[in-house]
Amino acid sequence: METVVFIVSALIVLAGGLGVVSSRNPVHAALSLIATLFGIAVLFLNLGAQLLAVVQVIVYTGAIVVLILFVMMLLGVDREEDLETEPLVGQRLLAGLIGLLFLGAVLAIIVIGKDAIVTGTQSVTGAISPTVSNITQIGTELFTTYVFALEITAGLLTIAVVGAVVLSRRPNDLAPIPEPESMINMGDEPLTAIPEEGAH
Amino acid sequence: MVGLVWLIPALPLAGFLLLVFFGKRIGEPRSGWIGTGAVALSFVTACVVFAGLWGEPEHTYELSLFEWIPAGNFSVDIGFLLDPLSMAMVFFVTGIAALIHLYSIGYMHGDSRFPRFFTYLNLFVFSMLILVLGDNLVLTFLGWEGVGACSYFLIAFWFEKDENASAGKKAFITNRVGDWGFMVAIFMTFFAFGTVTYAEFLPLSPGLAETTATFIALMLFVGAIGKSAQIPLFIWLPDAMAGPTPVSALIHAATMVTAGVYLLVRVNPIIAASASWIPWMIAIVGIATAFLAATIAMAQQDIKKVLAYSTVSQLGYMFLAIGVGGYTAAIFHMITHAFFKALLFLGAGSVIHGMHDEQDMRRMGALRKVMPVTAVTFIIGWLAIAGVPPFSGFWSKDDILAYALHKSPILYAIGLITALLTAFYMSRLVFRVFYGDARWGESAEGELANLKAHTAADVAESDDHADAHDGAHAGAGHGAVHPHESKWPMLVPLIVLAFFAAIAGFLNLPFTHNLEFLNNWLEPVVGENQANFDLGAFQLTFELVLSTTIALLGIFAAYMVYLKNKVDPRRIELPFFANGWYIDQSITKFMGGAGRKGFELIAMFDKVVIDGAVNGVGRATRGGAARLRSIENGYVRWYALMIGVGAVLLVAFAMTQVSF
Amino acid sequence: MESNLSLAYLMLSAILFVIGGVGVLIRRNPLVMIMCVELMLNAVNLSFVTFGKMLNDISGQIIVFFVMVVAAAEVVIGLALIVAMARRRPGATADDLRTLRG
Repeated sequence: METVVFIVSALIVLAGGLGVVSSRNPVHAALSLIATLFGIAVLFLNLGAQLLAVVQVIVYTGAIVVLILFVMMLLGVDREEDLETEPLVGQRLLAGLIGLLFLGAVLAIIVIGKDAIVTGTQSVTGAISPTVSNITQIGTELFTTYVFALEITAGLLTIAVVGAVVLSRRPNDLAPIPEPESMINMGDEPLTAIPEEGAH
Repeated sequence: MVGLVWLIPALPLAGFLLLVFFGKRIGEPRSGWIGTGAVALSFVTACVVFAGLWGEPEHTYELSLFEWIPAGNFSVDIGFLLDPLSMAMVFFVTGIAALIHLYSIGYMHGDSRFPRFFTYLNLFVFSMLILVLGDNLVLTFLGWEGVGACSYFLIAFWFEKDENASAGKKAFITNRVGDWGFMVAIFMTFFAFGTVTYAEFLPLSPGLAETTATFIALMLFVGAIGKSAQIPLFIWLPDAMAGPTPVSALIHAATMVTAGVYLLVRVNPIIAASASWIPWMIAIVGIATAFLAATIAMAQQDIKKVLAYSTVSQLGYMFLAIGVGGYTAAIFHMITHAFFKALLFLGAGSVIHGMHDEQDMRRMGALRKVMPVTAVTFIIGWLAIAGVPPFSGFWSKDDILAYALHKSPILYAIGLITALLTAFYMSRLVFRVFYGDARWGESAEGELANLKAHTAADVAESDDHADAHDGAHAGAGHGAVHPHESKWPMLVPLIVLAFFAAIAGFLNLPFTHNLEFLNNWLEPVVGENQANFDLGAFQLTFELVLSTTIALLGIFAAYMVYLKNKVDPRRIELPFFANGWYIDQSITKFMGGAGRKGFELIAMFDKVVIDGAVNGVGRATRGGAARLRSIENGYVRWYALMIGVGAVLLVAFAMTQVSF
Repeated sequence: MESNLSLAYLMLSAILFVIGGVGVLIRRNPLVMIMCVELMLNAVNLSFVTFGKMLNDISGQIIVFFVMVVAAAEVVIGLALIVAMARRRPGATADDLRTLRG
């Protein structure tokens, strides 16, 4: 049963991931991202992390992706991106090569090393309890062992909120930045810009 | 109360910080008042501290604020040593500085960099106080360099003119020679004692090996002659007159140039422990400087140049006093000189101001009618420096000469001749500026031509010549000069200084021991090493009468030459003197000729070996950078890709390290 | 759970991570780049929970919790930057930031 659930979810996750990377329209990418995140939430359930599964759905799909979509609508940047051209020569080739090398290396380690890749020891103090519920156990840990880290994340979120407000405040002098003289006359390749008319 | 000593330098520092950051915004009159107020408050604090110092044992108090440089067993504190010597210095530095600040408000009125001037002045006063109050050689050196830097800033204050800028550079570079000596002395002191704090090493000095003490004393002397403008390093001081006149009064007459004298008095136990030729050398350099500068001063036409050489000459007297063991006499003369020379400079500034920036004495004369206050105060200063009793200069100069006679009659004789010259050239200055005919607006060449007309036959030709020049000057706006008296901020300091220049001599009257207030006050600092002798009543009277006669003789001679025209001035104002014994020219010639070859050789070495290495490194870096530049193309994604490459390399490395 | 399934989770995590990473490298729209970063973060989260399961340790899930908080903060700031950038220069891509180059 577990294996079946894993296979189905894994397919959804990978399909979603590929969708994010390859859709020309950012809105489609965002929808694919939702699929991936849902798949991972199911995998979390499968791994016995019930709280994380729920938080994944609420925070990621419920908040983060919605926020991303909201920004798209706000700015009207949901235009399609030209995926045919690539201003950086060799960027794609190199990126693919790097990705493959990295993936190959990691997969090789997993396949060759099998269980030996996990070098830690079985936990004693923080063992996953079969009797206490997942939520209770995480909550207890968070407010005892990790209480300082928890407080610091509270500070981090506050800073992020303040930073977001400061950054997105409308500046007084909202003139579009002209093309710098030096960039024009440098003989570099032209700057990329999303074409004005999208090919909907 | 005495614990407030830190406030004395802190107040000018606060003024400096306020002005350096907000000076432009504070604006013209107010920034001047802030600067003046800071220094005046510092003076008030000095009075309070003085009252507290009476209660301290031996009138000495030490305050250590914090450790400044801890380095192994070498440690320097920011600390203040308040003893009779530094107290006396603090008094006249803050007092005179406050008066000169006030004067500058009037003098600098309308200058485009008015706030900056007071910024520098406050920084200068702070540095000078650190120099005087520092409880160790390093802190004194900090102040020493601080006053040097301020001196440079202020000499070149009107840096738009090339000659002002190069005068600043000349002062700075000449001072560096002295600073080198001071630094070597500090290293040597640490080497010999393991400490640079006065209170720790000065009591140990009598036990020092003679060669070590001699070397330290020699190096300190090199430092002192740089700062205090003695032979051969005096050449910067006359050129330093390029700065605004209050600067000349404060830095180049009253305070900074006396720092060398202060330093030598401060380390008097080391001089006492050194070989016997060190005091002799100091005395000889002092008297030679005094004589040489006095002769040069006789032939100068620029009113400030006369005063500058006169300062060099008076500083020579102070060095003479140190050399003959009259430390208190040196300090005494330093104080009286500060009063009357500051007064003379400020008076000269008032004249220059009233004459619309005219400095040439050939175009002055008869000014006592239009500038009565300036004239009266200036005359008091003149009588003081000329050594006419009962004004201050008479007592302090005579004190020095008494010590000189105790050491050697030759020093005494040259000292007397120099006193005669002093009276002569100062009288010449006064007669030419305040008496005689009004020569305002005339060209200097015209007056020379007139003189020629009196003596020579070719009258017509000369007059044509003069007319041509007059015409040219009138065209340039020099024709109509209307001298005027200065405003009250400039006159108040003159009056106060004139008062002190008149009475400062009573600080140290030679008649009975009880009247020697300054000697008694300085006893804890110099007591043991002061030359000690008793003048009989007859000898004292003889000396005083002789000095008075000499002074009056000098004045009379000047009267005959410059008011009665009995002698042609040109027979006295020899070109040899006017050109400062051709010392500047000789240095230039040596540096341009024989010296230059040596420097070129060094420059070659520098260019080929040192620059070669430096440039090689630079070229290699540039070449490498040009190639590496293509990686930094500005694309964020490219940078991310590089991170990816790094990650792959790390994984690859990890794979070589593990074994399953 | 048998260990082979755990290893399959780790492989899935690695594949997802590389997909996200390649996406960051080849996409120019900053919004999509942020989404790709989210993919990478989720891949790491998955591996954390798997490791926690293999070692029978609750800390694996706790660290995921913290990663999510940091990811939320990062998205907020990232989006604010994108908004600020798009105001100045509508339709700007990540490559256009090279005009900032000195």
